[in-house]
Amino acid sequence: MGSDPAVRETIEKALARHGGRPGPLIEILHAVQDALGFVPKEAVPMIAQGLNLSIAEVHGVVTFYHHFREQPQGRHVVQLCRAEACQSMQGEALAAHAKRRLAIDFNETTADGRYSLEPIYCFGNCACAPAAMIDGELHGRVSAERFDELIAALGPKKQQPR
Amino acid sequence: MTTTVFIPRDASALSLGAEAVAGAVFAQAAASKVDLKLVRNGSRGLFWLEPLIEVATPAGRVAYGPVTPRDVPALFAAGFLTGSAHTLRLGLTEDIPYLKRQERLTFARVGLTDPLSLSDYVAQGGYRGLRRALELAPEAIVKEVTDSGLRGRGGAAFPTGIKWKTVLDQKSAQKYVTCNADEGDSGTFADRMLMEGDPLLLIEGMTIAGVAVGATHGYIYLRVEYPHALRTLNAAIAAAYDAHYLGRDILGSGKQFELEVRLGAGAYICGEETSMLESLEGKRGEIRVRPPLPAIKGLFGLPTIVNNVISLASVPAILERGAAFYQNYGAGRSRGTLPIQLAGNIRHGGLIEKAFGVTLREILYDFGGGSASGRPIRAVQVGGPLGAYMPESQFDTAIDYEAFSAVGALLGHGGIVAFDDTVDMAHMARYAMEFCAHESCGKCTPCRIGSTRGVEVIDRIVSGVNRAENIELLEELCDTLLQGSLCGLGGMTPFPVQSALKFFPQDFRKARGEERR
Repeated sequence: MGSDPAVRETIEKALARHGGRPGPLIEILHAVQDALGFVPKEAVPMIAQGLNLSIAEVHGVVTFYHHFREQPQGRHVVQLCRAEACQSMQGEALAAHAKRRLAIDFNETTADGRYSLEPIYCFGNCACAPAAMIDGELHGRVSAERFDELIAALGPKKQQPR
Repeated sequence: MTTTVFIPRDASALSLGAEAVAGAVFAQAAASKVDLKLVRNGSRGLFWLEPLIEVATPAGRVAYGPVTPRDVPALFAAGFLTGSAHTLRLGLTEDIPYLKRQERLTFARVGLTDPLSLSDYVAQGGYRGLRRALELAPEAIVKEVTDSGLRGRGGAAFPTGIKWKTVLDQKSAQKYVTCNADEGDSGTFADRMLMEGDPLLLIEGMTIAGVAVGATHGYIYLRVEYPHALRTLNAAIAAAYDAHYLGRDILGSGKQFELEVRLGAGAYICGEETSMLESLEGKRGEIRVRPPLPAIKGLFGLPTIVNNVISLASVPAILERGAAFYQNYGAGRSRGTLPIQLAGNIRHGGLIEKAFGVTLREILYDFGGGSASGRPIRAVQVGGPLGAYMPESQFDTAIDYEAFSAVGALLGHGGIVAFDDTVDMAHMARYAMEFCAHESCGKCTPCRIGSTRGVEVIDRIVSGVNRAENIELLEELCDTLLQGSLCGLGGMTPFPVQSALKFFPQDFRKARGEERR
């Protein structure tokens, strides 16, 4: 298997750190995703072997949880809450605006790899709805204008090389 | 003279710019050579006033809010460091009516102190509950919790003391205390605020639980959507270990309690206790068939306490002040206080800890001040995405587990989401089914398939296809989910759907096109 040495090293480190603890699989997947940005396909058999689990068991866990990704995300991750409290404050209109502004749907990444848009079901910021998280930073009472400001604050779009 | 200024580090306050305000205050103080101590406290829970900053004065803490970085120079010029007048001045924090009318037992310290200061915690009465517990026999601790009338604040309202008694009675070399901090219900944030604002209270509560039932290891199962709470909990746990409030020999008692945080991975179902245990074991969060109860066969097959954050955080006060003190608050069989979370389309959203018995209307209007939009409140959903939608005619219901069941509603974890009259209740019913389909663990058929069929049937109803037959079909489908699901996700998704159908039938009959066959 032509495995990337960085992937192998990350997994070995995660296995060494968490492998001896009870029920370590999710901890290991977090460590791998935090380091690599996603859980690469090739990681699954390596983790399975390291924990003496079947590939199916590891794959089953990776795919069960919404948080684990099998593809890399864009450079900027835009997460919008879709739950009821945010809906009561025009969260759906904000989502429609964000999709237009970024020209992608939920669970998509722009072709230039700049933005990913993800639905989230509650940040616990329900008294300050609608809520969004951009690159790990939480924002409350996000209007369409505020959303555009936050996106603009990420910096100008790089020119595509010719 | 050093002046102490409090600026919250709570995630909601940060989401409204508290970090930038703290930076501006710090910079302005340095520029004007003012000796200032900046404390990053939890939030008081008055979210329409966040970022709310406070200044310690001889008369008490004076609040200003909502503050933006642009206000900071003017605040300094007005002399806010001595509590002087300014348009943003709210008076003494404790006199703000929204706070003054509450009964804060569990949230007594949230917003007052630096959440990571163990000395603040102890100075404000922290760890008195654990000290008392260490002097009692395990049975006596459990009895105190039982007598207090405390019921599970996660939503199921099962008596906490009875659960503990079951675990205590198990003969096992290893038992566990697990804290369910997978607060996934929309409209709820009490767990988050508490973990960020007074994490040592939860740690103390879990330690008492461990001492009570003979469990030496605890896990906090925290949702991944709460990164601020994760950082705060980890730092607070480290501080507790350093001061021997956790570890092999707690305060020289010879009792051991180890505690760690385990992070979830974005699955609403893991708020269901058996699914949470599966996830803690590193598996898919599929629910387990009960019996056996987790108290008998829980984490790794061993006797396990599974309690919500607020249940565990209520315990230190019960041990410190006695069961009767806590039991004295409340109404009917709902004893003590409930941290109510008021959210959604509401003018004054926030955290309201009140003794059971206050009415929904008082919360929505006396505290909440009506809708944020200024339009009439048409419906509220209480108890998260599985809670019923309640119309105006039910707003006089008392916040009380039994009173809510009596009207076919659910108190749950105490989250209230308000909607104004622009809400489309057929849309909200459809969303309930869609959410169930998104979050179903897939183990049982009614939930896994029924939720998707539910979305389709509602789509047919609102587009006018065989409307009467499809409404009947939807009702039948709800009944199947209700009767045939293994856990609350499938079993309770019908509540928002049925209540929307019952109280807002006109929304399902809006002519979006004529009736078609």
